[in-house]
Amino acid sequence: MIDAYKRLMNVEPPPPPKKARGFFTDTSLCIGCKACEVACKQWNQLPADGFAMTGNSYDNTGTLGATTWRHVQFVEQAKANSSRQDQRWLMMSDVCKHCANAACLEACPTGALIRTEFDTVYVQQDICNGCGFCVPACPFGVIDRAPKHGQFEAGTAHKCTLCYDRLKDDMTPACAKSCPTASIQFGDVEELQQRARHRLAELKARGEAKAELYGMPEGKEATEVGQLHAFFLLLDKPQTYNLPEVPRLPRKTMGQRYGWSAAVGLGFALVGALVFGRRQ
Amino acid sequence: MSQQPMSRESIEKKPRTRDADTVVASVCPYCAVGCSQLVYVKDRRIIDVEGNPESPINEGTLCPKGAATYRYLVNPNRVTSVRYRAPYSDHWEERPLDWAMDRIAQRIKETRDASFVERTPDGKLANQTTAIATLGGATMDIEENYLIKKLFSGGLGVVSIENQARI
Amino acid sequence: MGSNMAENHPVGFRWPMKARERGATIIHVDPRFSRTSAAANLYVPIRSGSDIAFLGGLINYVLSRDLWFHEYVLAYTNASSIINDRYIDAEDNGGVFSGYDPRSGTYDNASWAYAGPPQEAKEDASAHSGHAMEGTSPAKHRPTRDETLQHPRCVFQIVKRHYARYTPEMVEEVCGTPKELFLQVADVLAKNSGRERTSAICYAVGWTQQSYGAQIIRAAGILQLLLGNMGRPGGGIMALRGHASIQGSTDVPTLFDLLPGYLPHPSVIKGDDTLEKYMRESAVRGGYWSNLPKFMVSLLKAWYGDAATKDNEYGYEWIPKLTGDHSHVTTSAAMADGNVKGFIVFGQNPANGSPNAGLQRRALTQLDWLVAVDLYETETAAFWYAAPEGWKPADIKTEVFLLPTAGPAEKDGTFTNTQRLLQFHDKAVDPPGDARSDLWLVYHLGLRLKALYRDSTRPQDQGLRHLTWDYLPERTDPRWRIEDEPSAEAVLKEINGYTVADRKLVADFAALKDDGSTACGVWIYSGVYPEEDKNMARRRVKGDGWVSPEWGFSWPGNRRMLYNRASADPQGNPWSERKKYVWWDAAQRKWTGFDRPDFPETKAPDTAPNSDGAGVDLHSGSDPFTLKADGRGWLFAPSGLKDGPLPTHYEPLESPLRNALYPRQDSPVAKRFPRNDNPISPPGDPQYPYIVTTYRVTEQYTSGVMSRWVGWLSELMPEMFAEISPELAAEKGIANMDWIVVATARSQIECRALVTGRMRPFRHNGGMIHEIGLPYHWGYKGLVTGAMANDLVPLSEEPNVYIQEDKAFTCNIRKGRLR
Repeated sequence: MIDAYKRLMNVEPPPPPKKARGFFTDTSLCIGCKACEVACKQWNQLPADGFAMTGNSYDNTGTLGATTWRHVQFVEQAKANSSRQDQRWLMMSDVCKHCANAACLEACPTGALIRTEFDTVYVQQDICNGCGFCVPACPFGVIDRAPKHGQFEAGTAHKCTLCYDRLKDDMTPACAKSCPTASIQFGDVEELQQRARHRLAELKARGEAKAELYGMPEGKEATEVGQLHAFFLLLDKPQTYNLPEVPRLPRKTMGQRYGWSAAVGLGFALVGALVFGRRQ
Repeated sequence: MSQQPMSRESIEKKPRTRDADTVVASVCPYCAVGCSQLVYVKDRRIIDVEGNPESPINEGTLCPKGAATYRYLVNPNRVTSVRYRAPYSDHWEERPLDWAMDRIAQRIKETRDASFVERTPDGKLANQTTAIATLGGATMDIEENYLIKKLFSGGLGVVSIENQARI
Repeated sequence: MGSNMAENHPVGFRWPMKARERGATIIHVDPRFSRTSAAANLYVPIRSGSDIAFLGGLINYVLSRDLWFHEYVLAYTNASSIINDRYIDAEDNGGVFSGYDPRSGTYDNASWAYAGPPQEAKEDASAHSGHAMEGTSPAKHRPTRDETLQHPRCVFQIVKRHYARYTPEMVEEVCGTPKELFLQVADVLAKNSGRERTSAICYAVGWTQQSYGAQIIRAAGILQLLLGNMGRPGGGIMALRGHASIQGSTDVPTLFDLLPGYLPHPSVIKGDDTLEKYMRESAVRGGYWSNLPKFMVSLLKAWYGDAATKDNEYGYEWIPKLTGDHSHVTTSAAMADGNVKGFIVFGQNPANGSPNAGLQRRALTQLDWLVAVDLYETETAAFWYAAPEGWKPADIKTEVFLLPTAGPAEKDGTFTNTQRLLQFHDKAVDPPGDARSDLWLVYHLGLRLKALYRDSTRPQDQGLRHLTWDYLPERTDPRWRIEDEPSAEAVLKEINGYTVADRKLVADFAALKDDGSTACGVWIYSGVYPEEDKNMARRRVKGDGWVSPEWGFSWPGNRRMLYNRASADPQGNPWSERKKYVWWDAAQRKWTGFDRPDFPETKAPDTAPNSDGAGVDLHSGSDPFTLKADGRGWLFAPSGLKDGPLPTHYEPLESPLRNALYPRQDSPVAKRFPRNDNPISPPGDPQYPYIVTTYRVTEQYTSGVMSRWVGWLSELMPEMFAEISPELAAEKGIANMDWIVVATARSQIECRALVTGRMRPFRHNGGMIHEIGLPYHWGYKGLVTGAMANDLVPLSEEPNVYIQEDKAFTCNIRKGRLR
């Protein structure tokens, strides 16, 4: 139940910061099994959200969403002739990037979106009022509002929590733990970045000319959103995987929007409390 | 890193496995790789199934099916009582387990007694029936397979005892 | 080859991926570019059904370029053994071997035997036993050998001649594999085999579900023996099996032609009416199978207890005798004809999971009663009201029981995985409601049946009356609601075996006797429970090394690799430091290593064969294949197979092509089921011009019972589809996601078209052969439903193991829907 009063009463000082945690998703090791998708849904008890075939290779998930926090993409490549030269089937497990400068967090008027002690971006469900400002702010289209009929309160924002609950007990997030081929690696961001640089060099030496890292502090994709705490090793250009070459922050208009959103957010919350409060 | 204030729920967030009463080692029911699983139990209910990091086979990992084991076990669509369909009937009926077991034993006996062949037409010892068949076992324990073979072959003389290995 | 490991064994594929990252080359030979192909270093297309041509090509490459591992082949295989002069190879006989009887469609294998003095015991005991062929049908004759390999009738020369026409050009023509790619495979394999390196071959049902499946595996065996890759780390042929305990259900087994531990099932046809005759039929003088009488008598003691005495041949007469082929496929046909009255299905789903599923469903309507045991309502349980045939329930007589059962976390028990590893799983919770373990169901059914027959004096009922059936634990476990659950460990102890007098558990199968003093349920598992409170399958110690001998229990005797004596050279030294595994410790005078040696522990490498002895004493200290009568790996199989001593290329029973190698089109001994409801298209039938193959995808599981009720899996692969190439799609005017109809001589189904460059046509004689792919997971129950690929598959049987051919048959497709 959205309740502004309760929300304000709940706020406490955050725990002391720890080392930044994140994912290095190495697509050169991905076999497209989707264990990450299921392990995520299992741990977070997210519902199945639709039984429709897309016809887009083996991807019937489509996009990340309020109840889908890992999404394996499939890209079929081959030269258009019968010999199928250079045939590749690229697979990549997409996830919230946990940006250093997270647009969603900056857009959030209520303080529901926070940066945790692990330097991850987290939506506090007891605070989110469902205003939805975070949704268009995200340059990756990750965060999403819960549909009308589902296990979540309609309209509230959801995305990967980097298994915030598990991190508290030093457990590996469900997706990374299940990944059978170590395509999804979890750990301290700095250490993962080192590992990624080493891995890229190794692949280049093996002749993977198109391989590149996406989301490193030195990458141009970090220009506005900063380094990504869930970053990737790709085997082709970012666009191939539907990743923006340079993800943008909606910063220019942000001051303005922030003021509006705070006001609107509060308004929503009050209306919500009045309208939905009776239903309970 | 700048942190904002947090809600009490966020502060108190914890993995549900922290409060598990027991953690039990199991084996994945799907393919034959034999991934070891850990089953977390609280209040006599399964609350989580994950890969067992100690296993030299899967080292904590699972595939999507293995990762879905929790839902295979904890699922509202499971059949939890005996369903019985009488000959020519158009609906299932719920029946007590004991009743069904008695009735099945009766039917096995009737069919066996009516079809048992002690000797072939040319007088060779057969001691078998081909009117009853069993199929299954590949997703079941070896102890279960052993009792099926022992009861149906060594006890009843059924010869068509088969399982998925034949398919 | 014949496996899509990344998709169907993703966690198993963790290890090839690790090897790839350490420099190993993964080659995927498959008709479809799958997720395994995507992860492989080299993808090699092959037309479905042509595996033997491909492997034969590799054998020819290795032999003709002298790339075989000379020392290994000479010492460890039967290359030097001479075959008798009545043998005629398929090469010289239009694709058929000597001994063929066209009227019965079977072989008499007498002419395939070794030249040399006959053995004393008759040794071809596997007339009905596919799985038992390894052990119980060794050569009829002790071999005469020519160590120079020059004798024209020595195995080496015969094999060389047999495969001489399997050239790279022929591979290209038959398999549709570009010659350069084939040569690349051959080169990689040859370079990665020898003293310093080994190569492994993985297969799955892509091989076994063909009308010559066993021969494909044999071809891989020949290749691996020639390259010296058997019994050595990183080598071997891995069967990637598809179900949690399908290896266990093969070992124990729930198969018609075997008794536990690969003992041949007694058969009327073989004249096994007494134990004495059975022993004589099955007995083997050479090799470890010479111990068969000990295993058989111990089994009878385990089953019939005190009622099994020397005087009544330990109750042998109570074991039913086979009167023919009682396999699943044959039984299905009999059921469709009304000859089977009662059917019990444990966790299986023939209504959409077995070949010619339409016939399977019709067969269910012919039953008097059906018991389906499962966690969910299966297509099989629901056939009477939900089948696509739209039958009226009022017309169906079958009485149906659906019994709810338990999942693995809801019971104690043991699975045997694909590596022969037994792993015990512990009960975590009670099953819900009236659901019970299958152990409970079978045990309590047994109790009821025993009660019904308690007072019978008929001889036919005495086996059941005397069946030992005492598995309830002494005390009920207060943790559980279900109090009358039998103890899985009590059953496992019987499987392990014990001495009859004191019921003391035996340490190993070496302790078993043929005098009735020991009882043992499954001899190959003996050692799994060697002492009270010592359940070896329940051990969970990972250990430091890479062999992990203390995790679970691997049969036989916790050996992780079979025939591992071959990992050392004939003198007993490792072939190389890198490939060291088991070796002879000269100081200690015993075999040692990282694994338990699969060889008599103190038999020195220079031990000469004792020709007066029996069993493994007949072998020398450098004969590693201890189960074989001659202790050697068989390039040529003098007995044991029903379809020839050497793998030979045939076309599938349904094929658009003529056999390019022989006048003989298809397997001369594969079993067809010529019935109105099971037509098979003739070769090159223009009505059905395309090849079709069936398979699984990662996200679903077999007939769908374990995945289509799970939303998280169903959403990932929600609908039935056919994978077709852009070329075929263009020819047929089909766009991606269009509805199409796939038709075979049996039936037709409708599904979506997934048009993908991952499917490709194969070039053949200047034209193109199209192949389409069908996953087979859907049915009419579950959260997601869809057409059943198995409706299209014919009933047929591979002659050794009775498996249907669904990896290659023919179809036609059209755009549109059924109605």
